[in-house]
Amino acid sequence: MSATIAVPNPSVWDRVRTYSPSRRYLPVVATFALFIGMFGAGGIRYEGFTDPQVFLSLLLDNSFLIVLAVGMTFVILSGGIDLSVGSVVALSTMIAAKTLEMGWSPYLSMVTVLVVGTLLGTLMGLLIHYLDIQPFIATLAGLFLARGLTYLISTESIPITDATFTELAFASITLPGGYYTTWTVVVALATVVVAAAVLARTRFGRTVYAVGGNEASAMLMGLRVAAVKVGVYAISGFCAALGGLLFGLYTLSGYSLHAVGMELDAIAAVVIGGTLLTGGRGFVVGSLLGVLVLGTIQTFISFDGTLNSWWTRIVIGALLLVFVVVQRLMTRRQT
Amino acid sequence: MTHTQEQVVTVRPEPSQQPVVEMRDISITFGTVSALDRVSMRLFPGEVHALMGENGAGKSTLIKALTGVYTIDAGTIVVGGEEHEFHTPAAAQAAGISTVYQEVNLVPNLTVAENMLLGREPRRFGAINVRAMNRRARQTLERLGLDVNPGSLLGDHPIAVQQLVAIARAVDVDARVVILDEPTSSLDADEVEKLFDVMRRLREHGVAIVFVSHFLDQIYEIADRMTILRNGRLVEERMVAETSQLELVRLMIGRELEVLERLDRDQRQAAVSSETPVLKAVGLSRKGSLEATDLTLYEGEVVGVAGLLGSGRTELARLLFGADTADHGELEVRSSRRRLRSPRHAIDRKMAFSSEDRKAEGVIGDLTVADNMLLALQASRGWLRPIPQATRARLVRDYIQALDIRPADPDALMRNLSGGNQQKVLLARWLITDPDVLILDEPTRGIDIGAKTQIQTLVADLAAKGMAVVFISAELEEVLRLSHRVVVMRDRRKIRELPNDDVSVSDVLEIIAGEARQTEEGTA
Repeated sequence: MSATIAVPNPSVWDRVRTYSPSRRYLPVVATFALFIGMFGAGGIRYEGFTDPQVFLSLLLDNSFLIVLAVGMTFVILSGGIDLSVGSVVALSTMIAAKTLEMGWSPYLSMVTVLVVGTLLGTLMGLLIHYLDIQPFIATLAGLFLARGLTYLISTESIPITDATFTELAFASITLPGGYYTTWTVVVALATVVVAAAVLARTRFGRTVYAVGGNEASAMLMGLRVAAVKVGVYAISGFCAALGGLLFGLYTLSGYSLHAVGMELDAIAAVVIGGTLLTGGRGFVVGSLLGVLVLGTIQTFISFDGTLNSWWTRIVIGALLLVFVVVQRLMTRRQT
Repeated sequence: MTHTQEQVVTVRPEPSQQPVVEMRDISITFGTVSALDRVSMRLFPGEVHALMGENGAGKSTLIKALTGVYTIDAGTIVVGGEEHEFHTPAAAQAAGISTVYQEVNLVPNLTVAENMLLGREPRRFGAINVRAMNRRARQTLERLGLDVNPGSLLGDHPIAVQQLVAIARAVDVDARVVILDEPTSSLDADEVEKLFDVMRRLREHGVAIVFVSHFLDQIYEIADRMTILRNGRLVEERMVAETSQLELVRLMIGRELEVLERLDRDQRQAAVSSETPVLKAVGLSRKGSLEATDLTLYEGEVVGVAGLLGSGRTELARLLFGADTADHGELEVRSSRRRLRSPRHAIDRKMAFSSEDRKAEGVIGDLTVADNMLLALQASRGWLRPIPQATRARLVRDYIQALDIRPADPDALMRNLSGGNQQKVLLARWLITDPDVLILDEPTRGIDIGAKTQIQTLVADLAAKGMAVVFISAELEEVLRLSHRVVVMRDRRKIRELPNDDVSVSDVLEIIAGEARQTEEGTA
């Protein structure tokens, strides 16, 4: 979406002079400013906070949440919600751990996890679109189903000891300057890039926005509403499964109590990232920033050492409230 | 083609041109109700085709049959020489039939260019080529003479521009037929001109345009040919230039004038002459719904409001009752010059309003007849002062008897009653509050002839007892039978007010049609 095509033949100087970020980018810009501000404040207050490795750790510790938030962004943009992703993460870690324990090839195990997650998402999407069940209810059912399946496989935690998995988990990528990161971060960032491209530049992506903007209109415009509505839940299911694999690598275990309530963190990140809960407005980049803001709050608390970790929840709650109110005011002014 | 006796189809030979769309003997039924009964319509390239008819005539159903929203039960649709049956809007679009609805059916959160081209945007390597998309959108907009930035968000533009963008979407690719379903209802005069410019350009490009509008002047300004529907049936296909406005109104409303004029007016009683104005409106207006209108109501008088759909008759009623707030003008109720800000104020001043949309704005189907009847009285007493059981029972029994409501059971569920009986319960709801002014908007629509007569008799009786009644109806003979004075409306304003001394239906029709001639001459 280029906003510069407005003027027929503007000089470069004209473009620079008259450039102002379009109003639709404002929420993302606000989240970015918030993130920079928090990081700056941390840097002033605590020694070593601004070390690039702190930022890299932030990505590392939240890679799975980034992937979840990406999938959630698709769903929320279409005007829906997906409550099942936390449970799907737990199910994914469990399937991976169990199949590896049974001696499956690690690659087959990964593919199985991704297929199961995508199928679960597709199933919920089909229910939501064709039976016209509210997304909240359909995915709530998905939440219980996935968590229940996890218990069915095992109530105990199963460690992941497979060589490929552990190598992947510990392998670090050295960056210039002696910093390092992991493959999980690369996967998470790649997911963001692919999702951003799909949303901005494909017919599927733009139809997601159209459906979120006005589903009845999208149908009358002759757009493929059914494919998109089922598709976003399939994508969210895939992302939850991928996030589950990353979480499995992070914890090296499969456990039925993994990721309890993580769907709410993902939703919070998407909303703080400036995506409207009513659908149609928002960007994947915002969701990435939303996850980073959530992560920074945690980093803050661990750097401080004296603050109770429950402050994380309180700050997240307050931020969420502020962002929802601001969004409401912004959209009200437009209409 | 089979026709009923009513149908007289004049088919003019078109030697040079084949119709781009031909709908033959289309029938659609919903449940047991026949919405369209063997209706035919032909669309020729390079013509604006007006689809005419009163509310409920079947215009929207016919359009939805053509655009694949409804599936037809019988008949054939031939597009460009091939028989088609559309099951989705997408299929109709693929065949070159695009629709612009009254409500803008686009998405406000995408850009103008995306709204025009989504679903067929230019792509490169599977990705949308934004540059090419914006270029193509700008070309189309320029072709239509529109100066809109394709990269801007649709929601940032006024409704009129959004409407024009919707048309631009419709014509972008090979649209052979563009359907405009009441596109002008929310536009002002300048914007309508702009729309007509666009329509003329399209006509020059050989596009067939279906145009639906309740404004007769607009039809005469832009349309070439028209199809007139009534009660789900085809009346006639006509050339606009060969049909006078009077003839058109007559065809739309339907009964033979001679029959109408023989209607007995015995039921109408002499006006209780009273000099006390109950309600006095001076220069009442509201942007987009009613131009400045004066109206005075006296005790014991029935004032009939006549006019076609969209003439402003319902809008007048809503303003009088405070259901909509007026931008300008004054309203005196019993000489107190207080603004009616809401229906509650109106009810406090002993006014009552029975809305035309009884399903959505009146009937509560899951409550009993008694509950429905006592709603307004309870509301005006305040919820903390319950009506004593004995009073309730007496009131309900009395009104069920007086209005002959069937079944005569206070505990029957409202939704199980017939339309006519529901209407009587609603009337009872307001009569229980003992109002001075009763505003009835289409009280007899869609109910059987027996109930209709009862309601008409009731209105006459109420006026004889001193109540002032505003009676709005699409059926002119009914208005003329009941009222002492007739207010004729057209194009959202009052054009004439006359005492009902042997006024005939054709007189009123001539006033409605004649006004148009005068304005045409005036502007010419």
